[in-house]
Amino acid sequence: MSEAATHDDHHDDHHDHHPSGLMRWITTTNHKDIGTLYLLFSLTMFFIGGIMAMVIRLELFQPGLQFVDPQFFNSMTTMHALVMIFGAVMPAWTGFANWMIPIMIGAPDMALPRLNNWSFWILPFAFTLLLSTLFMPGGAPAGGWTMYPPLVLQTGAAFPFLIFAVHFMGASSIAGAINIIATVFNMRAPGMTLMKLPLFVWTWIITAFLLIASIPVLAGAVTMLLTDKFFGTAFFSAAGGGDPVMFQHIFWFFGHPEVYILILPAFGIVSAIIPTFARKPLFGYSSMVYATGAIAFLSFIVWAHHMFTVGMPLAGELFFMYTTILIAVPTGLKVFNWVATMWRSSMTFETPMLFALAFVVLFTIGGFSGLMLGVTPVDFQYHDTYFVVAHFHYVLVTGAVFALMAGAYFWLPKWTGNMYDEKLGQWHFWTSTISVNVLFFPQHFLGLAGMPRRIPDYAVQFADFNMVSSIGGFVFGLSQLLFVMVVVKCIRGGEKATDQVWEGAHGLEWTLPSPPPYHSFTVAPEPSSIEGGMR
Amino acid sequence: MSDAKLKQANSRVVRRLLATTVLMFAFGYALVPLYNVFCEITGLNGKTGRLTDVEAAETTVDMSREVTIEFVTNVSSDMPWEFRPLQSTIKVHPGVETMVEFEAINIAQYEVTGSAVPSVAPSAAARYFNKTECFCFSQQSLAAGETKVMPVRFIVDPGLPQKVKVVTLAYTFFESLNTAETAPQLATPPPS
Repeated sequence: MSEAATHDDHHDDHHDHHPSGLMRWITTTNHKDIGTLYLLFSLTMFFIGGIMAMVIRLELFQPGLQFVDPQFFNSMTTMHALVMIFGAVMPAWTGFANWMIPIMIGAPDMALPRLNNWSFWILPFAFTLLLSTLFMPGGAPAGGWTMYPPLVLQTGAAFPFLIFAVHFMGASSIAGAINIIATVFNMRAPGMTLMKLPLFVWTWIITAFLLIASIPVLAGAVTMLLTDKFFGTAFFSAAGGGDPVMFQHIFWFFGHPEVYILILPAFGIVSAIIPTFARKPLFGYSSMVYATGAIAFLSFIVWAHHMFTVGMPLAGELFFMYTTILIAVPTGLKVFNWVATMWRSSMTFETPMLFALAFVVLFTIGGFSGLMLGVTPVDFQYHDTYFVVAHFHYVLVTGAVFALMAGAYFWLPKWTGNMYDEKLGQWHFWTSTISVNVLFFPQHFLGLAGMPRRIPDYAVQFADFNMVSSIGGFVFGLSQLLFVMVVVKCIRGGEKATDQVWEGAHGLEWTLPSPPPYHSFTVAPEPSSIEGGMR
Repeated sequence: MSDAKLKQANSRVVRRLLATTVLMFAFGYALVPLYNVFCEITGLNGKTGRLTDVEAAETTVDMSREVTIEFVTNVSSDMPWEFRPLQSTIKVHPGVETMVEFEAINIAQYEVTGSAVPSVAPSAAARYFNKTECFCFSQQSLAAGETKVMPVRFIVDPGLPQKVKVVTLAYTFFESLNTAETAPQLATPPPS
């Protein structure tokens, strides 16, 4: 334990006061409390979105219409995406940022603690609006999470709720992003230079800039939808001189940076975990930082690869194809750096490392199918098929969600002060990893054979792979209950964790006790205790 | 950093980032006219050009070449009109001003206003397809049961790429948003 941390312990005696019970959580401005709230909220949404996925896989278990009507099926695909993207993955990253960034950079708290409270508490309202549409006349939004007009304008009473929910989620994300940028720019401990920041902080800073640049564009696009529907504007209606395809351009100008918002913090987490369990400094730290920046820049000039089939001129298709393929360079560099970090290292395979390794392998598979989709001529065949579904689930489930799991196992002992149950963790890892591949790998074949996405029924030749995929889905869904067991057990007790927790762990957060005191780094850590640069 | 300095630094960051947020929101809206300008300059999205009569008279004629122009018409599904070209194809020399006619019939028992959206395929030809007169330049109103023949005068620019032999001009009629909303109230139920 460092000197600074001891000092904190002592200080806590006088200002560890906060309201108890429910009011503590509603009024809290403490970054650790808010981080916990974000993480628990995201876990709840992960299960709500997961139940929707189970409905989808149940209906697709066999050809024909068995359990739900097509309208409800379409609501499920739409809501599953919205809940998982805006409710599970994005808040989870903000939760990690809240918990970890101040204690990684030696700051006492976030720069704007009240804004922090507000940005979390918008979310439950946003999702109450969104989920309440399930019980409305006309049903929940069913036009796809991409909200393309004119289809989305046919949504019933749910439509304004969808739009305002998106506005609220956006406001929450922007507030969170502003807070994170202010924290990292202004609150770093003396000696914590930018190129000493842990990579998780770096990737989050870049993510925060992506959020601030792209979410307002989404807000604009959905506001245009709202005024088209209720106030007689014609942004996307040809009858009034507008153009429905323009929505796609504006939406994906947000949408492509959004996919990097979902994955960049994952790169940061994996870059923290692999060196820890390989017991070697990260290979190519500064190239990792520049690669992240390059990916972020490229993400703004590739958007039309989501819409190759709308009828673009050849020059446009070539431009968006080349820029898309170019992203493989910085991304490939990252994968090489992770592999190089592990090369000739003394690795051990605790649960966080297993999830991080699975991330590297499976995310790369998702990256490869992304390259295939980025090649214009073949995209015409793959567009809107299950191949696309397989691709983005490899990058989002075995990518983003696996990194979230890895990060949760990595820092759970730090958060709770107790070691998690390693045996249960290993069970969770192996059941998840096997079942997720059974779930999504066959969807590549289904897509190549031409099965369209977002349709509740399919031709009989797709039956076998769909059944396999559904079985994988049910096992994957159930195995996430193991994760809840691990978390509950770990919060309740277990073997006491040391300050450093992992033998190979480096960084300021590991100099604090486990769990860290309610207020940490009220006195900045000694500059000599900052190693940085390598993790 | 001292407390006061930190506060100042924080509010500076917040101000700048909020300004960026507002700017990007405005940028989302700015994309609408930007795309229109971009499409007009490049001829993307099949947007056709417009010429004045003076400019039309100055266009050089290329009698050595003949281009086939095809006409396609569509009516938006909820609009009670019939709409057809009075000639399905025509052969023209680039540079010669040509007139063609289209016929629209309002089969509803109330007045309907609509506007036509043109599109040219292949899109490479759009920049070279210029009109001096078109019913699509303004809204068209038809009384109940009225039939109207509407002219289009156009010139194919001699600069049209050599590989383009056939140009398709498509029009889609859309009911104007304001009449579309008032129509159900004006309409008397059709006798069954």
